[in-house]
Amino acid sequence: MMPDVPAWAAVPATILLIVGGLLTLVGSIGLLRLPNFFMRIHSVSMGNTLGVGSVLIASMLIASSVAGRPVLHELLITLFIVFSAPITAIVLMQAAIRRTKPRK
Amino acid sequence: MNALLEGSVWFAQLCFAVAMVNAALGIMRGPTAQDRVLAFDTLYINGMLTLLLFGVRWMSSVHFEVAMLIALFGFVGSASLAMFLYRGEVIEP
Repeated sequence: MMPDVPAWAAVPATILLIVGGLLTLVGSIGLLRLPNFFMRIHSVSMGNTLGVGSVLIASMLIASSVAGRPVLHELLITLFIVFSAPITAIVLMQAAIRRTKPRK
Repeated sequence: MNALLEGSVWFAQLCFAVAMVNAALGIMRGPTAQDRVLAFDTLYINGMLTLLLFGVRWMSSVHFEVAMLIALFGFVGSASLAMFLYRGEVIEP
């Protein structure tokens, strides 16, 4: 199973994992409970980007502390998500603006 | 110290599983098409994070590559769905 992780990496990784899980969970509960599409896309994109960032930083900490050298290949996913999630969100918001009827 | 880390990995995976259930409910009952695309976006990102934490728990790098592939193809899928809702066609002539 998991090899021994030293304390300087385990404690920040634990905090980051718990914070990231809670942020993603809150964002996706907002997907079901908020009344308007624009509120829903707000909560989901905020929660997902922050949750992905913290979980990937935690994974990078654990992998580098186990290997004994800096392991940076999780940075690829982080950069990709940070660049690609706002593109989808912007296009989706413009589509929603075009598709909703203007308010009288 | 290891038990703490393993417990937090379990907790985060539980959170992502509940978030995936919420996203699946959102795909099924979202009132408009853009809600369904948004729920699909949430679903693939949470699946990618769950797979990445399996890789952390078992210390294998195969899970990392699969997570990167899910991120790539999920972005292609959701961006093309959003472009279709925006323009009416995916690739412009």
